[in-house]
Amino acid sequence: MLMKELTIQALIENIPAVTDFVEEQLAPLHFSRKAMIQLAVAIDEIFSNIAKYAYDGKGGEATVRVETEAEPEAAVITFIDNGEPFDPLAAGEPDLTLDAEERKIGGLGIFLVKKSMDGISYEYKDGHNILRIKKKPGQEGQKTGK
Amino acid sequence: MAIEKYTEENKMTIRAGGRLDAVTSPELGEILQAIPADLTELVFDLSGLEYISSAGLRQLLVAQKQMNKQGKMYVEGAGGQVLEVFAASGFDKILTLR
Repeated sequence: MLMKELTIQALIENIPAVTDFVEEQLAPLHFSRKAMIQLAVAIDEIFSNIAKYAYDGKGGEATVRVETEAEPEAAVITFIDNGEPFDPLAAGEPDLTLDAEERKIGGLGIFLVKKSMDGISYEYKDGHNILRIKKKPGQEGQKTGK
Repeated sequence: MAIEKYTEENKMTIRAGGRLDAVTSPELGEILQAIPADLTELVFDLSGLEYISSAGLRQLLVAQKQMNKQGKMYVEGAGGQVLEVFAASGFDKILTLR
């Protein structure tokens, strides 16, 4: 298993740097284009949650750890911050049947992440929010370079 | 991301390409805040959109609620992950896709 970490300020503007970092670590693997897009969206949802809720938009350090497994291929990405305890998995499922006037976006992002990842877990430990996602390469089998 | 906006009489077309996520959605939000009161048709061309996150859905919902008050809104050209997210989120029933 290979492991690499990036520590960066939890700000919305840093999301592209996190996405680039993760894509770089996964480049030697054979993730499908679809899986890479799903990961990019997961990073967008999770990192913006950290920026907005754990740190209330004021910034603070976040560490993104990427672990890759070769046989069979899989990636585990762990997001660690020192902000306010925030469990994104605690929110109830959004009501998908409401019309435009009644719809709420809160909780929808994590709902979509749950659906598109192969695993997701949260714990609050030693003052850290620790959110972990697992993703398999998908079925297209072709390599997704940048 | 590239957002282009065309206005012709009371119809506006917004073409969003690339990624519509937490980073790029505020740009779309600014355009939506400036929708003219006499606009009767708003068309989103998403044929160049690679992916959308909940931040992008939020802006589309803002647009739909505004156009419910003053006219019609259509979403064209959605494919791939964008269409999957619309289906998974129930937005395929809120938006008028064509």
